[in-house]
Amino acid sequence: MSIMELNGGSVVAMVGKDCVAIASDLRLGNQALSVATNFQKIFPVTDRIYLGLPGLATDVTTLRERFRFRVNMYTIKEEREIEPETFAHLVSSTLYEHRFGPYYIEPVMAGLSKTPSGGVKPFIAATDLIGCLNFAKDFVVAGTASTKLYGVAEGLWEPDLEPEDLFETISQTLLNAVDRDAFSGWGCIVHVITKDKVITRTLKGRMD
Amino acid sequence: MHHTKPLCPKPPSNASTMASPSIYTSPGFNFTNELRNNFMAEKGLPLPKATSTGTTIVGCLFKDGIILGADTRATEGPIVADKNCEKIHYITESIRCCGAGTAADTEFTTALISSNMELHALSIGRKPRVVTAMTMLKQMLFRNQGRIGAALVLGGVDSTGPHLFTIHPHGSTDKLPYVTMGSGSLAAMAVFESGWQPNMERAAALDLVKAAISAGIFNDLGSGSNIDACIITESQTDMLRNVEMPNPRVQKERGYTFRRGTTAWKTESVRDLVVKEEITFVGGDAMDTT
Amino acid sequence: MPNMISLAQPQQRQFNPYTENGGTILAIAGADFSVIAGDTRQSEGYSIQTRYAPKVFRLTDKAVLAVNGFAADGNMFVKKVRQRLEWYRHAHAKDMPLRAIARLIQTMLYARRFFPFYVYNILGGIEEDGTGAVYSFDPVGSYEREACRAAGAAQSLVQPFLDNQIYFKNQTPAPGTSHPVHLPLSTVLALVIDSFTSATERHIEVGDGLEMYVVLSKGSTAFQSLGAIHGIQELTATEDGERVFVIRRELKKD
Repeated sequence: MSIMELNGGSVVAMVGKDCVAIASDLRLGNQALSVATNFQKIFPVTDRIYLGLPGLATDVTTLRERFRFRVNMYTIKEEREIEPETFAHLVSSTLYEHRFGPYYIEPVMAGLSKTPSGGVKPFIAATDLIGCLNFAKDFVVAGTASTKLYGVAEGLWEPDLEPEDLFETISQTLLNAVDRDAFSGWGCIVHVITKDKVITRTLKGRMD
Repeated sequence: MHHTKPLCPKPPSNASTMASPSIYTSPGFNFTNELRNNFMAEKGLPLPKATSTGTTIVGCLFKDGIILGADTRATEGPIVADKNCEKIHYITESIRCCGAGTAADTEFTTALISSNMELHALSIGRKPRVVTAMTMLKQMLFRNQGRIGAALVLGGVDSTGPHLFTIHPHGSTDKLPYVTMGSGSLAAMAVFESGWQPNMERAAALDLVKAAISAGIFNDLGSGSNIDACIITESQTDMLRNVEMPNPRVQKERGYTFRRGTTAWKTESVRDLVVKEEITFVGGDAMDTT
Repeated sequence: MPNMISLAQPQQRQFNPYTENGGTILAIAGADFSVIAGDTRQSEGYSIQTRYAPKVFRLTDKAVLAVNGFAADGNMFVKKVRQRLEWYRHAHAKDMPLRAIARLIQTMLYARRFFPFYVYNILGGIEEDGTGAVYSFDPVGSYEREACRAAGAAQSLVQPFLDNQIYFKNQTPAPGTSHPVHLPLSTVLALVIDSFTSATERHIEVGDGLEMYVVLSKGSTAFQSLGAIHGIQELTATEDGERVFVIRRELKKD
């Protein structure tokens, strides 16, 4: 039993055509016992950046507040919203600062960055618990169901999915992965971020 | 570190804010979670493993300088975490460093030394030397007694000529004409031992580096995907990102897009974002700003 | 005195006879056929021992066994099963039925309850009633009949994908329709190939080659779709009984 399995939980993020999606389960457990089925692991950072924090629940709460503070400080100092790439490095260095006493969190980020021409570019990233960044072009996964998520996502993901199609693909990936994981599940939430809106849906899945 | 230095009671001088990312915390590693984590470790909850680059990295000397090479696979145990990561890190314009071991350590160690090398170059007003980077790296690694898991191949060209080093996590170094590191080091070294010669031509040396990395990619399970190379000469540095891609994913047999409405959902909320702002003046004159 | 072993205290020695040799196997049952597949890489640690070590074996004209885990145990286990099947043929002048082979494997595995064959078995083939069947086992003989099963290094990557694509888990059918109970052979083969290419992408121990065995029941109509597949090879001699085919594909070698 590792610390990651103490509270359980999984997050996945995927790139689509001019959109991104990020999804997580809603379980909070104490080892094999499920304690709550409404435990949020994904938080909005700006209008167009969402951050998923699977791992030790106490660190989910701590880091959520820590990142809120650091993003607010950035916004005040710079007088502009933080870009996803910058935020990814902020997450990375915050975790690496704790290299020899880490937070037990594997963050996953999804967002849209602005292009010079006024358009948007999809952005996803993940780090390990000491802040090693992984910029992927397709999908990133983390949490107790990560091996299952890797397998299903590798099979189901296709490039250039429209927002509604991306919703189906990320939802199916997550639902089927958490159904094979004892530490994740008990409800899922999906955010699809597009140029002009963020669609948030809670999924109907197995509750066992 | 953190315990001995009090928080700044007043805004610090410019000099100290320049070096520190934050005025609220002291620079360097933060050990505040240690007590809690040790407690959890005592309860029998082992530390989860970080992303490691079970890697093949190489470097070799040739007629006009140095060629570095690397594969692009990052692993978490037996799982491939990143299929196309960059393992050749920037130190200065004519010094680069390949990293194997704990991925985060190679990333941050090389970034820190790169930053310090830039400051050092500004301070001495000349192009910095490879030995300087090597010394900075080995001293940092030795100071941390092997706990920073970075195994490096450092190469570059400076006023004293081309130099190639390996640096181990405990801080020991070697200076050799051809070197390999990582889990694929034996496969790659076999290629170098049979093919390397003094004063090789640029093209022949690049082919040898590619062959060495290929040996790692195909024979070592910890290495895979693509080949990165970096050619450093006196006059210029060429970063050849994905110089060869011998492992593309084949076309899938089926399409997997779902019919819209396949996934059953319970609730929906839509957050509309502001896409465009327009300022409309309503009555009166615009403010006189003369 | 260097290397003097004190005899004052008791000494403990240990020998671990097991290793894990990677790879993945998978089997899917159709209405009147069965597909049993495995990759051909055999590894230990970060080294590849061989790029072609079969993990899938034809036992009879209607039974194929896939073994995964500790390769030495796997090979020896297949040898012992084949020996028992030959004895059965000598005694009864016919091949052992699939469900009987499944029960035989259970007893053979449980006989070694306290020094197990470190092997995960998947048995695929055709039942006496002509239906496709898959039986999956744990190393000490617990087994069940299923429609599909993955085992081995990439089990956790492949099984949830199969849940979704074979059992249509978490998919609501379009209004007024329902999901098919059995998939056609061409779809099953495509899913098997995609499962293995996906596992090869994300698991370092999976790759090199893929062997897919197809077992067809007597007079199966699934045969029509097999003609178009390149490199298919028939292993059975006659066309009037069950038929066994093997299809080989390359997988990535990194």
